Order: sequence, then structure tokens, then C-alpha cells
Amino acid sequence: MIVKQISIFLENRRGRLAEVTQLLGDHKINIRAISLADTSDFGIVRLIVNDTEKAYTVLKSAGLTVNKNDVIAVEIPDEPGGLATVLNVLKAAGLNVEYLYGFLEKKTDKAIIIFRFDDMNEALRVLRESGISTISDQELSNL
Amino acid sequence: MKANIAQGFWDEKIECMDRKSMEALQTERLRDLVKRVYATVPFHQRRFAEHGVRPEDIKSLKDLARLPFMTKQDLRDTYPFGLFSRPMDEVVEIHSSSGTTGKPVVVGYTRNDLDLWATVMARTLRCGGVSEKDVVQNAYGYGLFTGGLGVHYGAQKIGASVVPISGGNSKRQIMIMQDFGTDALCCTPSYSLCLAEVAEEMGVDLRTMKLRVGFFGAEPWSESMRAEIEKKLGILALDIYGLTEIIGPGVASECPYRKGLHINEDHFLPEVIDSETGQVLPYGQEGELVITTLTKEAFPVIRFRTRDITVLDPEPCECGRTLVRMKRVTGRTDDMLIIRGVNVFPSQIEDVLVKIEGVAPHYLIVVDRKGTLDDIEIRVEVSEGNLADEVKKFEELERKIKNELESVLGISTKIKLVEPHAIERSMGKAVRVQDRRNLKED
Repeated sequence: MIVKQISIFLENRRGRLAEVTQLLGDHKINIRAISLADTSDFGIVRLIVNDTEKAYTVLKSAGLTVNKNDVIAVEIPDEPGGLATVLNVLKAAGLNVEYLYGFLEKKTDKAIIIFRFDDMNEALRVLRESGISTISDQELSNL
Repeated sequence: MKANIAQGFWDEKIECMDRKSMEALQTERLRDLVKRVYATVPFHQRRFAEHGVRPEDIKSLKDLARLPFMTKQDLRDTYPFGLFSRPMDEVVEIHSSSGTTGKPVVVGYTRNDLDLWATVMARTLRCGGVSEKDVVQNAYGYGLFTGGLGVHYGAQKIGASVVPISGGNSKRQIMIMQDFGTDALCCTPSYSLCLAEVAEEMGVDLRTMKLRVGFFGAEPWSESMRAEIEKKLGILALDIYGLTEIIGPGVASECPYRKGLHINEDHFLPEVIDSETGQVLPYGQEGELVITTLTKEAFPVIRFRTRDITVLDPEPCECGRTLVRMKRVTGRTDDMLIIRGVNVFPSQIEDVLVKIEGVAPHYLIVVDRKGTLDDIEIRVEVSEGNLADEVKKFEELERKIKNELESVLGISTKIKLVEPHAIERSMGKAVRVQDRRNLKED
């Protein structure tokens, strides 16, 4: 299942990330997962939040370059080799991962990995056929 | 574009005069001017003497070349009133340039000068079809800057309804535009884009408004920026030209054919010179624009070097005007940056940026010196609609800008992408260059 992630272009400058996360906090938006890709001048913050639409509106009206992107959330067992198993399946299918980041579920022994592939539909098909479970926006919000 | 090619002239007799009659008029006025300034301004008496020329030597337009040039420095050296050729009791208004690079320039106007100013500005606005039926929103700054009052006088002369809102207060500008049904907007080109941005934030679509024409000047702007303004505001964007030292706005203006700016040459006699040698260049050759004010009373100038680079074309325009046309000014010898020995104009950079998707036309050029080498960094705002979520896509964007700039400028630049609104918006003239090399020398 495809889920929505928020991505934000930020200048690499002191306190900028604090300002943006504060803005989300002030609007009672909870961050589930975050990843930051950066260069010396700028960075891209990627977020999974409990209310994507609201976060998008809040950030957009603050004048930021913000986007909603399609990603896939895969649930894996929180144990040694858990991620490798999934990546091996993807490797065998010849799928290329653009980026990924992960977080642990609080109440279970599972971890969730957020994936971005160059071919999202093919990735979904491969995961489904390999019996690897993906989770929905709804499920993510309720975690 | 909503505007049709507007018909009508303000001074048809002058604006469509044949060249021979125009030259006769200019000659008569030039001879009078030379006598006037010689009789009243010690500065001119001294300069004429230094160049071995007397007022009666000036018999034809060709003799103009015998007179010395005036530069901005002359105007500063005679600060504040040294070049006035009328007593202060005849001066009814005084304007001044900002003086950011030295002593300000001070210019005076008599009642007749103000009437002249209103006339040339009425011609300017009529060039874009403005009539007594129109609402003119004047967002040029009112005050010592000539933009505000110049437009004001011209619009009133036409009988249009002027809204003297001045610069700034962008939300209110948009509200007034909507509520008053503004027909014509006057401001700097960069401020018009700032207004478009604010309108978008307010959820207002400027393209659906009554607004049909804009008169933009006071800073150089590129054709690509014009396309951007016309797209975002849904108007006809016309370039107007003027400078404080001559009169303010009203020196020259575009008509809807936009094939150069019609110079009001019955009052402002243009020449183009080689800026190195001072040699007068024939029509069609690019060089520095030099202007002589033929009719101004309080503050006449003779052969004033504008530092603006242009080309003159004496052929009649499709609109019917025969006034000599000047090519749009996209660079000033003042704005020109010399980076590692290469001449760079901000307008060249702007032209490249406007064509690239994913960035907004807001930029700042920072020049610095690292050791002995000049370093040029261009800060560009990422557009709010940029869809990328990967670092490499932004890096590709940086590379693309860098490559295109390099092919245009011939030098390598550093590109720094910044967040939307990170570059300060100007209500008047946009600040495009930060030259830190100069700061260090001070």
C-alpha cells in the first residue's frame, strides 16, 4: 500500500529544523518518523506524521517548499537480519531503493521501514508476492 | 494578455513629427539652452572656457559634440544647488537620489519643469492606453524619489484617477486593486512580482482582475522577467525609462509594440557614445546613453552620461510614433560586475534563472574575494512548487543552473539554493548584488 510522506526543503542553517518541528508541535502534529538528507548548504527533511494533510497545509502556509510523496511502509520483525531479508527480496527482483528510513513500533516487536523506490508499483507487486506486509496510512496514524 | 494595442497619442504633433522638423526644433532649443546655462551657472561658464567653446559656437546639433560631458560626479561636486540655473524663489520642488554610493544628487523643478514632467509622463501612460477613465495605482515610492510624484503628475494630467498608495503594504495593494478596479499599475518590476506572490498567498488570482497594463521601471529587467510578470499578473508589461538627473520617469517609454522605448527627444536630446573614448556613435551602435535636457529650467544638464547601455533607432515605429527609440536598458556600466576579468551583468543571470523550472526569480549575487580570486555565489530561491524529495534532484538543479550560467557568462559560479522568501523583498529598487570586495577596501 502506498502511504504519504511529507518532504521539506530546508537551508542548512542553525536552528532551522527546530523552528520547523516547533511549528508542527504548535499545531499538535505528531512526528512518527523522520529522516534528514543533507549537503553542506541544504537538506531535505522527510517526515511521517499522524496527520499528513494538516502538516502539509501548516508548512505550506508558512511559505516552505513542502511536498507530499508516495512511499511504502513495510513492517518487519525487530530481530537480527530482519531488514536484510526484505532487501534480499528486493535485490533478487532487481529493484532499486532511492532511500529508506526506519522506526520501531512502540507496542509490538515490529519495526517499520519507509521505502522510496524508483518503480513504486513494481515494488508493491514484488512485496505482495513475497508475502511481505505493507501498512496503510490509517494504520500508520494509529501507531 | 487583456490589453489590445492601444491607439492614441498625448502630443500627436510632437510624437509623430518628421525627423527634419524635430531636428529643427531641437536645434533651436539647444541654442537657447546653451545661452541660458552659460549666463546663469558658473560651473558651465568654467567648463565651456576649459574646452574653448562659447555659446554662439553651438549652431547645429553636430556642434553638440564640442561641449564637455557631465557626470554624476559633477552633480555631487556641486551639491546641493550648484547647478541650479534659476533662483530658489522660482524652484517649487526639490528631489534627490538616495546617495547610497556617495553624496546624493539634488535636482530642482520650476513650475514649468513640473508641467513638462506631467506632459512627458502623460505621454508615457498614454503609450500604454491610459485615459481619464482609468484608475492608476501608483506603487512607486512617494517622496524624494522621483518615481512616485512623476507618475502622479502624469496620471493627473491625463485625468485618470490616481491612487497614491506608494510602495509597500502589499496586502493592502491587492485589496485596493480588487476593490477599486485598478486598470494600470506603476511600480518597479521586482515589486510587481512581490505583489503577485502576496496575492497568491491571499488566494487572489490577479489574472482575473480588471488590471490590464503595468508601467515598470527604475531598475533593469530582462525579457524573461517581463514574460513572468505578464503571466502572473495577466497584463501588458511596459518598460519606462528615466533618471533623477534628467527629470525622473518620463524620459522614454515603450508602446504596446515593445520595439524599443520612445525617447521624448523634443525635451531630452539623446546621443550614444563609446564609454571609453567618448566618441559619438552612429545610430544602431551600442554604447552609453548621453542626454541633454533641452527645455528644463531649474536643473538643465548638458551631455549627461547616464551610464546606461543602449542602441538608438531613428526609424518610425509601427505605432506611428517617429520619436527616436532606445533599446531596453539591461545593463548599466555601474551595475556591471567584473569577475575574474569578465564583465557580468545581473540581468544576464536573471535571464537564465527565469527560464529554469524549480526556482523562483528571486536571487542575490554575492561577490567576494578569496585570496586573489574573485568568488561569485548566486543565491536562488527554490520555488514553493518544487516537487523534489531527494537531495540528488536539488543537486541536479544546482548543476543545471551552474552549467547554463557558465555557458552564458563564461565563468564558473557557485549556486546556493535557499528557501522561498529567504531573499529580502524590496518595495522599490531590488538589491541584486552584494559586493563584499568593495566593503573590504573601505
